[in-house]
Order: sequence, then structure tokens, then C-alpha cells
Amino acid sequence: MSPYAKYIIGKAKWYALTFFIAILLNFLLPRLMPGNPISSIVARMATGGAPSDVLKKLYTSYIQEFGLDKPLYVQFFYYIVKVLHGDLGTSFSLYPTKVNEILAGALPWTIALQVPSILVGWIVGNLLGAVAAYKKGKFDSIIFPLSLFINCIPYYCLAIILLYLLGVVLNVFPIGGGYSMGLMPSFSIAFFVDALRHYFLPFLSIVLVTIGGQAIGMREMSIYELNTDYVNYSKSLGISEGKIVRYVFKNAMLPQISGLAISLGTMVGGALITEIVFSYPGIGTWLFNAIRQQDYPLIQGGTLLIAIGVLTANFLIDIVYGIVDPRIKASQLEE
Amino acid sequence: MLSSRSPTEMVGFLYEAPSQRHLLGTDNFGRDVLVELIYGIRTSIFVGLVSGIIATIVGTTIGTVAGFAGKWVDGVLNSLTNLFLVIPSFVILILLAVSLRQRSLVLIAVVIAVTSWPWTARAVRAQTSSLKTREHINMARLNGKGSFEIMLTEILPYMFSYIFMVFVLQVAGGILNEAGLSMLGLGPENTISLGIMLSWALNFEAVRTGAWWAFVPPVFSIAIITFSLYLVNIGMDEIFNPRLRKQG
Repeated sequence: MSPYAKYIIGKAKWYALTFFIAILLNFLLPRLMPGNPISSIVARMATGGAPSDVLKKLYTSYIQEFGLDKPLYVQFFYYIVKVLHGDLGTSFSLYPTKVNEILAGALPWTIALQVPSILVGWIVGNLLGAVAAYKKGKFDSIIFPLSLFINCIPYYCLAIILLYLLGVVLNVFPIGGGYSMGLMPSFSIAFFVDALRHYFLPFLSIVLVTIGGQAIGMREMSIYELNTDYVNYSKSLGISEGKIVRYVFKNAMLPQISGLAISLGTMVGGALITEIVFSYPGIGTWLFNAIRQQDYPLIQGGTLLIAIGVLTANFLIDIVYGIVDPRIKASQLEE
Repeated sequence: MLSSRSPTEMVGFLYEAPSQRHLLGTDNFGRDVLVELIYGIRTSIFVGLVSGIIATIVGTTIGTVAGFAGKWVDGVLNSLTNLFLVIPSFVILILLAVSLRQRSLVLIAVVIAVTSWPWTARAVRAQTSSLKTREHINMARLNGKGSFEIMLTEILPYMFSYIFMVFVLQVAGGILNEAGLSMLGLGPENTISLGIMLSWALNFEAVRTGAWWAFVPPVFSIAIITFSLYLVNIGMDEIFNPRLRKQG
């Protein structure tokens, strides 16, 4: 077996375990709360004035759906089987809409927003950080404090400020939603342009914060690399600046790739809250609504989807890392 | 004078602009934003400190034991740490906060700490496993010191500066996490924090109606507090890390 395949299989096993733990947590944590969640929900509906026979029907259907009358391990088994079949249950707040349907409608928005913005922010941030470390002087003294400051502003704070300045005060961009009211999602140019206008502000706020964080990390790594012996040695050999910079960049890049894997969860979390600020029709906004209405199946479906998404992205990053980092091949060959 | 007033007291109408009576105007419930802000900063820093302390203690303990013990103990603890690093903490935060019956300040701080210790554990483990190979550890062993004593007296003191730096970042992280939870509607109940102020401002359309005084002060405060904590961290790094010092 090739060393790379070995590496991938090892990673795949590890992610399978992580994935299982994520499902277990998703199943277990909400059930740890004292009392029966269903009865408290039905009780809340009762104070809302719903007729009692409807409540009773709701109660039994929920108990059955979640198998709450069975022991915990049986419930977990049911849950796993359901999740593997892609069935996330029925929403409380939008009964009888399936959670799958809601999330399937929201997912494209979230992916279209987060994947490009985090990638663009990551690439631009790393380039800026490397250049700042290399050039030092004025460029660095502007870029470094600026990225530091932006990095400290949480996504949603920057989002609120951008929304206020560009959306409300200057009125250049729409103040929320994924597209204008009255327009139906379609593949027309008009809709595309409209969606793009709504896309810009959330995109910008995620990109800016990501740039800040990545630039700091990359600057630090590059400074470290620029002071290493191999750089001094290369200089004394008379190797051209451009070539040295390329060495440095390559070496400083590796921790940044694994760093992306680790901080991805935090980034996605921040970006989901950004959606709320713009009432962007993605997972984050749905999650917010679900929490407000105590819609447990929707909350759990949302968190599970986020966990799966982040784990999958992590796995992809690890695969790329395996290709880029020569040490992985080397270490596997030694064994 | 100001902080003696209750932050939840309604003193005016919805979104009154800043005036001499209310220096930062009023919020959606007609409450004085300045009084809320003072109270909210205190709450947020409290949550940050408590979660920072817990996360640092848990993370340091797990990291030190894992790094020092090695072998299977390290294997188990390190897998656990990596597991919690990879599973998005955002998800665990939501699940835990949703499951709580009441969300008091301390409980929220604990929930945040539960999701943020792995960062510290990972960093401390790396430090410990490099410290472990030093001469003075062997000397201590020869002198008959037990593992626990060595960790406490021969390893931890060498990491104090480092742990404190990580702690500062944990406090900043705790403040940000509290704000994030509050934005989702899962913040501490019956209190005012910076995140809760932001959450109200968003829910009651302060941004879209242009009531800037309802959201600019909390946004500014969060940014300034976390920025200062990061600066403290960098400042300490420059003192403790000789490589950075050389560059001037």
C-alpha cells in the first residue's frame, strides 16, 4: 500500500470515530436535561391556547417519533438508523414540515456564502501576512495592527457595523435577506444580480475577519522561518531572493493549512451568526429561529448538519495536507 | 451615580436618541443604554473570567498529564483533545445551552469553558512533552520525587508565563462566545451583557431603523476589550519570547 493511502485510511478511521462521537453528543446532550422535553413543549403550547385533543395527538406522535417510551440505547439505535437514512424528524414550529426539507432549502445559501468567503479570506490573509513579514517596515506596521484589530472584532460585530454603514446610512446595499421580497428564486439574470447584491455584505464581513486572523498567523510563521538556519545558509550560498521567499512561503504555509482545519469550526460558527445579522436564509438564521421557538428537531438537525459539514471539510483539508506535506510520506516510509 | 441605577429600569421611550438626560439614548424597552453598558461590560468580563479560569485549569491539567505521562494516557487524552478541537465547539455550545433549564451567568460560563479547554490542553501538552526531557526532571526523579510532585514543582512553574498568556486569550474567547450565544438567543437569563444588548438591538431592528446608539456602544466595547486582551498577550509574548525581543 502506498504511504499516502495509509495516511488517508488512518485519517478516515479517525474521522469515522469523531463522526460517531458527534452524533452521540447530538443525540445525548438534549436528552440530558431533566424532565421530558415533549411534555414541557406541549405544556407551552397549551398555554398558547391550542385545543386539548390536538395537544394529545401531538404528544403521542412526538413520543412515538422519538421513541421516548423506550430505553436510551434503543432510542440511540433508532436515532442512528434514522440519521443514516437521512431522516432528521419533523419540525415543531413548522409542523408538519420535515426538518430535511427546511435544511435542504437553507444549505445551498450557507455553502455559497461560507465556502468562498472563508477560502478567499484565507488566501488573501496568508499572502498579506507573508508579504508583511518579508517586507517589514511601513507595510508591516500598517498591516499588523490592522489585522490584529480586525481579528478581535467578532464576525457579527463587523457585520452589524457594515450593515449599518453601507446598508442603512449610505444605502448602497440591501439591508438583509438573500434576495428581494417579491422575487422568486430562479435561474434568471435578474435574480442572480439581486442575489449577488444581497451576498456582498455578508461575504465582505466574513472575508475581512478571516483575512485578519490568517494574516497574523502567517506573519508570525514567516518571521520564524525567515530567521531559520536554512534561510541564512541559502543567503550565504547566493540563492536568489525570490527562491528563498518561495521556500519560506512553502514552509510557513503548512501550519496554516493544518491551522485552517482546526479553526474551521470557530469560523463556521462565527459565519453562521453573521447570517443572523443579515437575515440571510441559511442554516444560521434557521437555527436562530428554531432556538427562539424551541424547535428541538430543527435545532438538532441543524447542529448535526454543521458538525457533518465541518468534519467533512476537515477531512478534505487533511487529504490536501497529506499531498502537500512531504514529511507525511517520509514518516510513513520509515515505518 | 450611574451604576447605582438598575439597568433594567425603563426610563424613557423606545430608541430615544442620546440626550443630556440619557447620554447614550435608550434601547427598545426605553432603558438607559449607558447604564446597561456599564452593567453589561461587568457581566461580560465576569463570564470571560470565570470561563477563562475553568478552561485554563482543565486544559492545563489535561495537557500536563498527557504530555508528562506519555504512552497510552497521552494517547487517550490527546485523542480526546483532538476530538473536541475538531467537533465544532459552536455545535456543543448550542446543544448544551439548549439543554439547560435555566441559564445563569455561572452556568453559561461553565458551558463556554467546556468547549474551550482543548486549545489550552493542546498547547500545554506540547510544552510539557518538551520540558519533560530536560535534565532537571531526571535529577528530581533521582531524588525520589513522585510524578505528581514533579509535574507540580518542576514542570508547571516553567510554563506559568505561557499559561497566563493562554489564559488571557481564553478570557477574550469567553467574552466573544458569550456574545455569540446571546446573539443566538441562548445567553444568560435575567441579566444584561454586551451580547444580550446586541441581540435585543438586532431583534428590535435598531440597525435597520438607524438607532446606532443601541448597538455601536456594545460592539465598540466588545472590540476594545478583546483587542486590549490580545495586546496584553502580544506584549507578554515580546517579554517572554527571546526570539521576538531580538528583532526590536
